[in-house]
Amino acid sequence: MKKSVFLGTLAASALLAGFASAGTLDDVKARGELICGVNVGLTGFGAPDASGNYQGFDVAICKAVAAAVLGDPAKVKYVPTTGETRFTALSSGEVDMLARNSTWTFSRDNDLKLDFVAVNYYDGQGFMVHKDLGVSSAKELDGATICIQTGTTTELNLADFFKANNISYTPVTVADDSEAQRQYLAGACDSFTTDASGLAAVRATMPDAENHVILPEIISKEPLGPAVRHGDNNWGDVVRWSFYALVAAEEKGITQANIEEVAASTQDPEVKRMLGLEGDLGAMMGLDKDWAKRAIAASGNYGEIFAATIGESTSIGLARGLNALYTQGGLQYAPPFR
Amino acid sequence: MAYVASTPKEPFRLSMLVYDTRYRSYTIQIVVLLLFLAFLAWLLNNTVENLAAKDKDINFSFLFQRAGYDIDQQLIPYTNDSTHGRALFVGLLNTLIVAFFGCILATLIGVFAGVLRLSHNWVVSRLMTVYVETFRNVPLLLWIILAFVVFSETAPAPRDFRVTEEMAAAGEEPAASKILFDSVAFTNRGASIPRPYLDHSLGSFSVLDVPINLSVVAALALIAVGVWINRRLVVHARSVQEATGVRPTIWWKSLLILFGPIIVFLYALGFHLEYPELRGFNFQGGINVAHSFTALLIALSLYTGAFIAEAVRAGILAISKGQTEAAYALGLRPGRTMRLVVLPQALRVIVPPLISQYLNLTKNTTLGMAISYLDLKGTLGGITLNQTGRELESMLLMMAIYLVLSLIISSGMNVYNTAMKLKER
Repeated sequence: MKKSVFLGTLAASALLAGFASAGTLDDVKARGELICGVNVGLTGFGAPDASGNYQGFDVAICKAVAAAVLGDPAKVKYVPTTGETRFTALSSGEVDMLARNSTWTFSRDNDLKLDFVAVNYYDGQGFMVHKDLGVSSAKELDGATICIQTGTTTELNLADFFKANNISYTPVTVADDSEAQRQYLAGACDSFTTDASGLAAVRATMPDAENHVILPEIISKEPLGPAVRHGDNNWGDVVRWSFYALVAAEEKGITQANIEEVAASTQDPEVKRMLGLEGDLGAMMGLDKDWAKRAIAASGNYGEIFAATIGESTSIGLARGLNALYTQGGLQYAPPFR
Repeated sequence: MAYVASTPKEPFRLSMLVYDTRYRSYTIQIVVLLLFLAFLAWLLNNTVENLAAKDKDINFSFLFQRAGYDIDQQLIPYTNDSTHGRALFVGLLNTLIVAFFGCILATLIGVFAGVLRLSHNWVVSRLMTVYVETFRNVPLLLWIILAFVVFSETAPAPRDFRVTEEMAAAGEEPAASKILFDSVAFTNRGASIPRPYLDHSLGSFSVLDVPINLSVVAALALIAVGVWINRRLVVHARSVQEATGVRPTIWWKSLLILFGPIIVFLYALGFHLEYPELRGFNFQGGINVAHSFTALLIALSLYTGAFIAEAVRAGILAISKGQTEAAYALGLRPGRTMRLVVLPQALRVIVPPLISQYLNLTKNTTLGMAISYLDLKGTLGGITLNQTGRELESMLLMMAIYLVLSLIISSGMNVYNTAMKLKER
């Protein structure tokens, strides 16, 4: 019995370790398909639509990368991951990249051996409560029962916040957003805490959204971004610059609709370099000339993606805030394409 | 007989390893063993190489780092400043407490249902059949989730218990109220039960940061002494009965010995109960038993109880009908026949399958993760694993702990089995 348990462990760990070869870019090209780890279901960021196709703000990055590398934004296989399974899925090689509202932290970067390539959403942790409770500040939540998703940074922030304010709470640890929502709606917890954007997304899917408020306190910094395995720098660059191409496109006014027109008429040297009309930026990463053009054409520039998936005109209704371009008072800033 | 001894002694040749039946079995066993060891070595090597490729090592030092997360149900003091190692123990204790009460409850339910299933009363025996078949044939996880959802969706929210000033002025009753003489609050989060308190506690001391309450120790000691004296009394009564044929009346002495000292002790220390009260969002004071615990306990006990019922039924059926008839002939009533004649013998058949049911129940506590019960799987195998990223270490440690736990339970039960089994002389 002892032996068989040991054997099982080793077999499991051997499978877990997988066979992550050096070049993810080559693997993806050879496979003809990008495997992207996404959220199990967070409306607006990454969730299957009515016909079962994944859509959302994070999913758009998968599409942009697939378009840049494989020439077709549809050549993506989406692997739903929970807060608990996401990093194991990435480091074991089960997915090529993770685009799943994951917070960039020091220990994840160094200890978990991940590389966060960029920040696609600057977020912070918030609290949602039922309006009837009459709570107007998170500091009034002394003694409350709080639903919290396990395996997240929010779990640790929550403990820190209550400790710093010298108040107490009862945690209810749940596995994913939908379970948290069920427990919260059933009244099993007074408050649900996660990234403010996640709260807005969850609230949008509630039947009685107007009865729930998101408290004003933002208790942490949650820079969310796509992640790849540590050590494969070339692949990290591909994902990073595919994302920055979207940000730069917004800055330069290139949209899904006018991209062909811009490519034909532009005089801006940086746009020319980015769209492959001049120089050979794509080849430096192991891609062709048109990589950025296809990435932008996949679902539009950063601003378009934001507006279409989580922006103010959608049911989620998030303002650009910190995620506006640096030219408009935000933090989104693409390094130069040179 | 000389010709037998004169059989020529063949010199050993290498081919005999394959063609000679005397050696062949050894050859096969050694080859299989070598192959098995090579397979193990390959797995080990593969693990080490892949870890090295990912620049990871095997390191258990995370157990001594600050955990940083909170746990709802804690039997020993724990805060988010405690270490991951302590979180492991909190989780382990949560596992053990469910397993402990689960085994007791499942045994009670199982024996009860198993005996009743053989009842001559048609309704009773069919009801037990329905119980056994439904619980045995539906996955345990579904029962756990069902129990949890029933509790959390049907019970009132804590705020339904609140009486606002307007309501008091209008003479209205709140939507929900406490049960059992206003002492237990059953909300959609858990049950708040009264907590025993002593005015003059004997104090406490700590062993490895685990506080040990001297009052509780003293109370337990008093009970143990009472039980021991009572047993002496019963033995004495029996010897008197055997010697004279008259059994002395001892029931009031037993009651006095068993309960007298502990009542006096508690009274002297100022025993009272602290009732839960609604303050803020939740009931404060009292002991809060979360529904995740109750639901897990009930589902595990009912599910395992169905299997134990079958083992009990098999055990009883294995006892020859002659035993029952002989007992009836001696004038024993059916209840006593079952208790004094049939069940003690049936135990010999029941105990071995019972061991494996106890092991199953203990291991099945890991399913508590589905309803947010933070047992060992929830702390070490869930949050700690995730926050530290030490999958291999956490999994190995967890498997080792469950293995040790199972081995302890089965060796304990084996000792009991040896004591119970038929003494052949």
